[in-house]
Amino acid sequence: MAIIGASGSGKSTLLALLAGLDLPTSGKVYLDQVDIFLLDEDQRAALRSKVLGFVFQSFQLLPALTALENVMLPLELANTDQASEKARQLLTRVGLTLRLHHYPKQLSGGEQQRVAIARAFVTMPKLLLADEPTGNLDAETGEQIIDLMFELNREQGTTLVLVTHDETLSQRCSRQIRLSHGKIV
Amino acid sequence: MLRRDWRAGELNVLIVALMIAITGMTTVEFFIDRVKTALVRESNQLLGADLLIISSEPIADTFQREAESLGLKTAEIVKFPSMISNGEHSLLIEIRAVTAGYPLRGSVQLYPDAPIGLSSIAARSMWQIASGIPQSGTIWVDEKVLHQLMLKKGDSVDVGATQLRVSEFIAREPDHSVGFISMGSRILMNAADLEKTELIQLGSRVSYNLQVAGDEEMVHRFRHWAQMRLSKAQRIEGIRDARPEIKVALERSEKFLNLAALAGVVMAAAAIALAVRQFTQRHLDGCAIMRSLGASQNQLLALYVVYFLNLGLMTSGIGCLIGFATQEILSTWLTGLTETVLPLPSFWPVIHGFAVGLVLLLGFALPPVLNLRSVSTMRVLRRDIGLSNKHGLIGYLLGLLVLAALFIWKAQNLSMGLYIVMGFILAILLFGGFGWLLIKMLASFRQHANNTWRYGLARIHRRSMSSILQIVALGLGLMALLVMTLIQDDLIEDWHTSLPPDAPNYFLVNIQADQLDLLKDFFQQQGAEYPEVFPMVRGRLIKINGKVIAPEDFAHDLHAERHIRREFNLSWASQLNPDNQVTQGVWWGDAAQPKPELSIEQGIAKIIGIKLGDELTYDIAGSHFSAPVTSIRKVNWDSFRVNFFVVTPPGLLEQYPFSYITSFYVPTTESNRMHELVRAFPNILVVDMATVINQVQGMIEKVSQAVRFVFIFTVLAGFSVLYAAITATQDERIYEAAIFRTLGAHRQQLQRAWAVEFALLGGLAGLLATAGASMLGYVIAEHILHFEYRFNPWIGLIATPLGALIVLVAGLLGTRAALSTPPISTLRKLA
Repeated sequence: MAIIGASGSGKSTLLALLAGLDLPTSGKVYLDQVDIFLLDEDQRAALRSKVLGFVFQSFQLLPALTALENVMLPLELANTDQASEKARQLLTRVGLTLRLHHYPKQLSGGEQQRVAIARAFVTMPKLLLADEPTGNLDAETGEQIIDLMFELNREQGTTLVLVTHDETLSQRCSRQIRLSHGKIV
Repeated sequence: MLRRDWRAGELNVLIVALMIAITGMTTVEFFIDRVKTALVRESNQLLGADLLIISSEPIADTFQREAESLGLKTAEIVKFPSMISNGEHSLLIEIRAVTAGYPLRGSVQLYPDAPIGLSSIAARSMWQIASGIPQSGTIWVDEKVLHQLMLKKGDSVDVGATQLRVSEFIAREPDHSVGFISMGSRILMNAADLEKTELIQLGSRVSYNLQVAGDEEMVHRFRHWAQMRLSKAQRIEGIRDARPEIKVALERSEKFLNLAALAGVVMAAAAIALAVRQFTQRHLDGCAIMRSLGASQNQLLALYVVYFLNLGLMTSGIGCLIGFATQEILSTWLTGLTETVLPLPSFWPVIHGFAVGLVLLLGFALPPVLNLRSVSTMRVLRRDIGLSNKHGLIGYLLGLLVLAALFIWKAQNLSMGLYIVMGFILAILLFGGFGWLLIKMLASFRQHANNTWRYGLARIHRRSMSSILQIVALGLGLMALLVMTLIQDDLIEDWHTSLPPDAPNYFLVNIQADQLDLLKDFFQQQGAEYPEVFPMVRGRLIKINGKVIAPEDFAHDLHAERHIRREFNLSWASQLNPDNQVTQGVWWGDAAQPKPELSIEQGIAKIIGIKLGDELTYDIAGSHFSAPVTSIRKVNWDSFRVNFFVVTPPGLLEQYPFSYITSFYVPTTESNRMHELVRAFPNILVVDMATVINQVQGMIEKVSQAVRFVFIFTVLAGFSVLYAAITATQDERIYEAAIFRTLGAHRQQLQRAWAVEFALLGGLAGLLATAGASMLGYVIAEHILHFEYRFNPWIGLIATPLGALIVLVAGLLGTRAALSTPPISTLRKLA
């Protein structure tokens, strides 16, 4: 699903609400049949670790960790076994076999976003939220990243919610929701 | 920009670090300024003046005129031994004829009635301050005279050719305890009556004293003037000359207090170095934008120089004000405990405070910030472009150099300043080096650790430069605290040890050999322990290695000249006195056939220039005694026990006229015993040291309290380093918390990872600080403060886990904000 709208229409805010990162003035969000705003912050975080994956526009990798360690992080937070092996496999899948032990600062923009995608998919989330994932990339790299995301999405059967202002990209999704001034139009 | 940053709290760490350092430093300086003056004034009460001119001939009027022209007060004392009589009994006493104004410092205390049969506590409660001096025709007598001649007020006493009426009983005179001589029975009379007594004739042994007191600067000026005009029969004396233990206590306390303040400055430098990194990061974007809008590098440079100048001036101003207020509180508190009102401080601490504040900021904050002027304008388009660090290391080196110069200036002592500077530079290098090694070692554990430990180790390793800086800063802070704690405890214990509560408070001099058994009986009858008695022979040093010496030969050194001019107290002993320690040569044993040899005290040997093997010749009652120096001893004069400059084996000096001397402790409740002794043995000189001991102990207690108080600032400075270390990574932690929480981490998971990081940093810092503190503590104790350093084996066991715990607790408390910041607000800022 694509959420499209002009800048300031409320796309990212909606995404944050869906993830339980922000609190609404009114309304409910059910994630995996749980009313998330009845949970406290730690409970919402726990739910996120089980159900959600994220890809950000600015990658948001942890600079102190290598590519491998960044991808392992969600698995470790969820106390999953064989985190290292699973992370390694996914990084290989996104084409970064030779970059496992590099730090984010040593990676290009495209490579950082691949790491971010690997991190998002490594827990096999039910729902993946992507906020302008190609916003900081050039057109060609952005295209490659989008292709990779859709491939992994198909392989894992994840529901993808993609926030974008790009009409062409939104057409690749099966459903589009248009926002304007905070409302669905 | 400064106002905005100040309001936004961007400068909190810099301001806190700087203010604590300046407040601590100015508090110490203001306080030392005032306490030193007060302690000197109080100790001058023991002298009765700020300065004495002592002469064996009448002192020319020019001295008095010069003193008075400088606005100083003067009073004259003429002292000489003489007999007085109440018609039935006679007594050898010291007569002191004084002029109006005596004493210039302190006061004479009088008994309203004769304190017969009273304990000293009860007698002391009767004391009243005398106003003025004895009127013409009258005398004031001390307790010894009172008891020995059984006098009452109104009794007439023959003083030379005249009769004078007893009008008051002296309880205490301010200057009666200075020096060892003139401790006997005394009377005080008006100088106007001196001529009537006809006691001063040609050849009389008279001491003429001119007391001088007033503004410290003027006294100093007068001393300098008088020094150049003294004749060979005259000398100048201040309190530090007369009471060396006070001089030592004052000097040590001043050095320690300055050290404590300097430690605070070092820690402020460490805190500022840490804080400025975050400052630089936060100003990166702003500078990039300014550059893209056309600002030149020089414009940015000027901007930040002015920024830090203003920050330095404002913060220093506030720090000085708080420092002044704090020392006022301290001074008021201490004044309440003592009789002394502390004089107002000078303005110099303010000037020093501003100087230190500006040096710290411009030396430690500015150099790294200078990198901002060369930030790439590309950063406005690519935020991953950071900053070069080309000025960083050179900048810190410059800061260190300036700080070193500041230390040496503040220490007012080149060797002390250099010791401290070298100590800290060495500590920085060693901490940095070992810190780097330890971080590398820890990194190897990372792969085998669980996720909490792995993340904590990862943060330390990945940010190794920042981690090393934190370890160095925390290590320096902990080291400074440990050093000051160790030294403070040892210093205070050393002071108290050298003056135990039962230190001898009475001396008996001029005990004759045939009185020993009677004296022993007397003590037994009183139920008191008979003290050890020491033989004493008086002799004048006349030759060294066969060469005749005279006081004039030592005219270049007043101390040496005095010792040559006066008689030495020699003694004999087979065993080395427990207060003594042989530093050169060998002590004789219990030889059956003693050979002529001498042991000399090292201080006097150094003053006169006597070495091991030198042959000394003494004139003892007209006969000559010669012997070589076979050992040199260090003597603990602070113990108030009997000790001698020169000692021989038994069997060499017994042929000469000698008497005995002893010292012992009498509780104040039993001081009546001394009146009985005076009556039973009228020839024995009874010297009451209690007043001196009380004065010195009182001063030591005050200084100890000041030392403890100032130490609080050292501790606060340590906390400022901690605060800086934690907030230095605040932005990073807020970012990490946002990512972690978004990915599903509980707060505790993140807290645990940070806890590992803090505990490791604190533990490493503690470990390094322990080693540094032990070494630096030794150097400072032995070479700067000159007392014995006692190595503390517990320090390592306590400091390392303590460091880990303190940094851990402070770190977790300080990062609560990062954990409670909603992730969404961080993510929005970064989007």
